[in-house]
Amino acid sequence: MASLPITVERAGLQRRALNFLCRLRGGDEVAHLITLLAAASILLVTLLLVYELYGNSSLPRQKFGWAFLAGRTWDPVKENFGALPFIYGTVVSSALGLLIAVPLGVGAAIFLAELAPPRISNALTFVIELLAAVPSVIYGLLGIFVLVPLLRTVVQPFLKTTLGFLPLFQGPMFGVGMLAGGVVLAIMIIPFIISISREVLLAVPVEQREAALAVGATRWEATWRVVVPFARAGILASVFLALARALGETMAVTMVIGNDPRISASLFAPGYSIAAVIANEFAEATSDMHLQVLIELGLVLFFLTIVINGLARLVILSTTGRGTAH
Amino acid sequence: MKNDLVLIVCRKLLLAFLTLGLVGMGLASHSLAAPPPESILINGAGASFPYPIYSKWFSDYNKLHPDIQINYQSIGSGGGIKQLLAGTVDFGASDAPMTDEQLRQAKTRVLHFPTVLGAVVPTYNISGVSQELNFTPEILADVFLGKITKWNDPALAQANKGVKLPAEDIVVVHRSDGSGTSFVWTDYLSKVSSEWQTRVGKGTSVSWPVGLGGKGNEGVAGLVKQTPGALGYVELIYAVQNQLGYGRVRNSGGVFVKAELAGVTAAAASVARQMPEDFRVSITNPPGKAAYPISSFTYLLIPTRIDDPAKKKALTDFLHWMLADGQNTAEPLSYARLPKEVVAKELKSISRID
Amino acid sequence: MGARETWRKFVNVFMFSLTGLCAFTAVGFLFFILGYLLWNGGRALNWAFLTHLPTPVGEAGGGMANAIVGSAKLLLLASLVGIPPGFLGGVYLGEFGGKTFSFLVRYTTDLLNGVPSIVVGIFAYTIVVLPLRHFSTLAGGLALGVMMIPIAVRSTEESLRTVPQTLREGALALGASKWKTVATVVVPAAGRGIVTGFVLDLARVAGETAPLLFTAFSNRFWSPGWNQPTASLPVMVFTYAISPYEDWHRQAWAAGLVLLLLVLVTNIAARLLVSGRMSVPQV
Repeated sequence: MASLPITVERAGLQRRALNFLCRLRGGDEVAHLITLLAAASILLVTLLLVYELYGNSSLPRQKFGWAFLAGRTWDPVKENFGALPFIYGTVVSSALGLLIAVPLGVGAAIFLAELAPPRISNALTFVIELLAAVPSVIYGLLGIFVLVPLLRTVVQPFLKTTLGFLPLFQGPMFGVGMLAGGVVLAIMIIPFIISISREVLLAVPVEQREAALAVGATRWEATWRVVVPFARAGILASVFLALARALGETMAVTMVIGNDPRISASLFAPGYSIAAVIANEFAEATSDMHLQVLIELGLVLFFLTIVINGLARLVILSTTGRGTAH
Repeated sequence: MKNDLVLIVCRKLLLAFLTLGLVGMGLASHSLAAPPPESILINGAGASFPYPIYSKWFSDYNKLHPDIQINYQSIGSGGGIKQLLAGTVDFGASDAPMTDEQLRQAKTRVLHFPTVLGAVVPTYNISGVSQELNFTPEILADVFLGKITKWNDPALAQANKGVKLPAEDIVVVHRSDGSGTSFVWTDYLSKVSSEWQTRVGKGTSVSWPVGLGGKGNEGVAGLVKQTPGALGYVELIYAVQNQLGYGRVRNSGGVFVKAELAGVTAAAASVARQMPEDFRVSITNPPGKAAYPISSFTYLLIPTRIDDPAKKKALTDFLHWMLADGQNTAEPLSYARLPKEVVAKELKSISRID
Repeated sequence: MGARETWRKFVNVFMFSLTGLCAFTAVGFLFFILGYLLWNGGRALNWAFLTHLPTPVGEAGGGMANAIVGSAKLLLLASLVGIPPGFLGGVYLGEFGGKTFSFLVRYTTDLLNGVPSIVVGIFAYTIVVLPLRHFSTLAGGLALGVMMIPIAVRSTEESLRTVPQTLREGALALGASKWKTVATVVVPAAGRGIVTGFVLDLARVAGETAPLLFTAFSNRFWSPGWNQPTASLPVMVFTYAISPYEDWHRQAWAAGLVLLLLVLVTNIAARLLVSGRMSVPQV
């Protein structure tokens, strides 16, 4: 009789063991494990990437510290490096791109969501989304041979004569420069803005439109004053996502921006972006310091994109509660 | 019903097409890309200055010896030195001789082998001006320092009496990558302008006071070609092949010399007999009335210890060929051949490759 | 009353016309790009271009056969590197995931997606090129593969999510184990969306240049095996485009055309495959 408790215990254990074996044989645990490992591998790769970037940029971090972000010289001979011209170039060219792409993109999204009949809207959206698939280097190709001459011979002289009193449009006109960079980026990010904004606008409940029309608004007024504000968060999120894409853009920018690490008020002046300088100088940075500085720049760019992406998510999250965007 | 069927068939066809595409990719990678089994692949990278002649040499050599493929990529002298030091290429190429610091970083000793002589020319694109312009050393330094900004500046007018220079801005173009051509140019400017020497100095990559950056000699030539008012510096062959105008430069003897093979050879002649053992020299701004002041040797950087015996043999054979037959292709491509004394010294140096 | 109404009606028509203009401009860009490439690239595209190797600088003729094959090899490797973790990771997030770990994985995937392509190139350079001491197709394939992972995960997860829960419940009710349900019912149901996602992902990395610059490098000859540098279409377009040689410019257009056509045709085919039934995952 005294052995009974032990038998019961052993039976309990055995049952658990048998259960586990059954599940294992059944494959669930294995499947769970395999997919878990795959997911973990993604974590590992990302961690490794950040580790490599951080580890291989120790020299400049020690030498310059935070002042690196404010430094303006880029002198490989005297090993004096500063990130500011590149941060400036990256931010300004992307901002310019947004300035051009957002009105154009939101306008197009409004047309596609509100005015165009569904068949046409779908067909046009299909075509516009194909723009997102065009490789960056092809944008660069067209940038060099079509955009730059156009800017140099037509657009820049026009801007100079009409708006030349602004420091933005002064200085010699090369064609290549910040303006070219901004325009190329604009064309590249438009499809993202259009595609996401259109979806968001389409998701606005039809009651909102109907309510506005019912009180006598014209279709435009209904759109502009009711529908668009309702979809505001989603449109904003699309802008952030487009910005994140623009910040990391390498090839098209380096082919048209002029590749000069200079901070200038004029949009006609050449500039340099973080991605472009890495692409140009990485293969040949002979000194360890030079190489690690470029890697540190890569880290800076990475952080910039994290911040922007984070902001985008925050915008989406903060307004999902209100049911305005999905 | 029929519509659905058509749709289904279409979709299946599309799926088949896509899978075929993927499978085709896989097959392509294995079937097409098969070189002869015994082939020796050698990778090199570096200077864009001699790229036209190197690409011709490696292509010609491959036609003579189909099993030897020498893949050379023009990424700039800085890149060549760096990748050689990192060990990712079998040999490097540079117009700038490696510095002592760089040689110290190398795992095995690196030998410099001059291959040809070239000239770096000031090339320009000015609307309405088709004549050859004269440049004094002071003008070149001041333009690149940003002190002379217009084509009709008095200094330029003075050196070019009789030429109608427009009141256009000078668009300075320099290299955006680490370049031996830049090294030669800045080496020259450092010698002729003390302000340049102190403010900027010489190097494969410097902090340029003004200008646009182009990648490689190709990039600079491309920018100059497409930008009216541009003034850049490129290896002579790039200006010639692209019909870009290039000017005469005043040498230390006071004569305005156009970059021609004779001038380059004269510049080299001053050093040929006293060539140091490791071949590292600068021949910019040499004495004499016939020399072209911005000339340079360009080097292949070969490590003394090459582990793969097949590669070692291929490289040494190539060097022998380059010093003999290869030299014959130099002049048609606007490079000057090596002086005889230099060739003789190099042949002796080849034996030091272990 | 009359004047204000007329004004509002005018604004209505005017603004909508403006938006229409925006839309057609955007559409116009694509047609312009395609047209320009067809015009310039079409003229230079010939059989020699597709089958010959590059010739020395300044020598006319020559082609990009090695770049076309090189790109194919890189993409094959990229799919092998990127699709398995992407697919299985997506399945984990969609079917098996626990709360905190899933959040972590999603966050990290987004992070990885935000890494600029040039930075991925640096990463591949430090972990493959430097230790192996050469540039190689392997390094290039790895860089592209890493770039493929986040989108593969996202598209798999999204596609799985569109499968109605009833399907899963039905299978479980019939006695299938979880993994059997996922493998034989859920995944096939989402199959089309998943495949489309992968194909679009592949098409996207096919055009990437920056990560190849210091991993696969480039090659004037055929690149045998996986351990040698290789030419690729995007890098050739870049190198030839910035050169000053007319002949190389023409070849850059032709290569650009080939690249664009490949990417567009793949995109169109993939999207048509999925048309209407479900929204295409955002690439």
